[in-house]
Amino acid sequence: MSSFYKLVATGVALLLPLVVYADSLVPEPPEAAKNYNDKTQCVEPVPEMRRNHMKYLLRHRDLTMHEGIRTKKFSLKECINCHNAPSPKDGKVASIEDKNHDHFCSTCHSYAAVKIDCFECHSDKPANTQYRHPLSSMRLPETDFSALKKANDKMLAKAAEKKESQQ
Amino acid sequence: MSTDNNIDKYRRQFLASATAVAGLAVAPGVILNQVAHAKALDQAVTSKNRWGMLVDVNKCATGCNDCVKACNTYNGITGVGDPKTDAQWIRKVKLTDKQTGYVQSLPLMCQHCEFPPCVDVCPTGASFKRADGIVLVDKHICIGCRYCMMACPYKARSFVHEPIHEHIYPRGKGTVESCTMCVDRVDDPNGPRDPACVEACNASGHKAMWFGDLKDPESEISKRLKEYGGVQIRADLELNTGVRYQNLD
Repeated sequence: MSSFYKLVATGVALLLPLVVYADSLVPEPPEAAKNYNDKTQCVEPVPEMRRNHMKYLLRHRDLTMHEGIRTKKFSLKECINCHNAPSPKDGKVASIEDKNHDHFCSTCHSYAAVKIDCFECHSDKPANTQYRHPLSSMRLPETDFSALKKANDKMLAKAAEKKESQQ
Repeated sequence: MSTDNNIDKYRRQFLASATAVAGLAVAPGVILNQVAHAKALDQAVTSKNRWGMLVDVNKCATGCNDCVKACNTYNGITGVGDPKTDAQWIRKVKLTDKQTGYVQSLPLMCQHCEFPPCVDVCPTGASFKRADGIVLVDKHICIGCRYCMMACPYKARSFVHEPIHEHIYPRGKGTVESCTMCVDRVDDPNGPRDPACVEACNASGHKAMWFGDLKDPESEISKRLKEYGGVQIRADLELNTGVRYQNLD
């Protein structure tokens, strides 16, 4: 074997663990607490949202700000309500500033090194009764905590299963 | 979307029945008013409305600060205790006649001009007027240059100097902000609600403030203005303000 092939082989051998390791670094954003009907889709299909969520958010932002259109689909607040639900481990709600990137948005954004400034102004946590934007005379889906709890229980069960299978 | 659609559907059904009832008996003016103004969540604002406020200076009590407190609470305006830099969306102004000692007190906030100087000077288009006459700052576009603050004859705008950690209303360091006439309340799909300051003024029993549609001759604010008149502050600037004052000497 020529020294060139040796070099390539060594390189591949050295890189292999890196590839495996890198795979484990791929972010796994927390599951959304589905507080909408399972049969109806919340927004757009996942691959579309992964690629283009920022475009939908930007468009909705301008419509709300300038034209007063306040539909909830594509509203940042609704994303947060469902995607940044309390942690199944301790019931805590992740903050965008958390160092271990538990927040739904920061899981990917820290991985991709794309800095977002949404949460300099907007709340990074789900709406509570003191939070402003719900139009108070309406009953909003986020007040229904049963769905949230159910999703949490499901996640807890899944986590326990995973732990068991590892042992 | 389904939730929204359902809400809209129910709203339309309600509106249809409400209109039918109103057609039979055109007595409940309040309900009629709400039906006329209610805007569905997916509807854009139009220039058919122009939202404004009216202040009766005689009824506004010296020393009462309820409107300011209500505004701060509702919009989550907290400061660091420095009056030079802390944000003020609404403030109480005391006018004393040096000759006679006659004192008048009034709330001053963004006057929601028809021809707003803050919009004229904004280099990015962040300062803008909505079709329904509400003057706002799009903080997404605001670069914090503060030209608008210099242009405003009412000193109605504030700059956020410190980072904000508790977000009740979207506010952030490095942007300019001012009274929004509680725009999320105006957009309520069940019909516009009074801004926090007006609500607090009514609750305090002074009842010195009104909110309503200046383009609707049947709204209370229009009727009052027609009957008793009302002045603009710095009317000489011809800005056609949306906030009017009565009994201001």
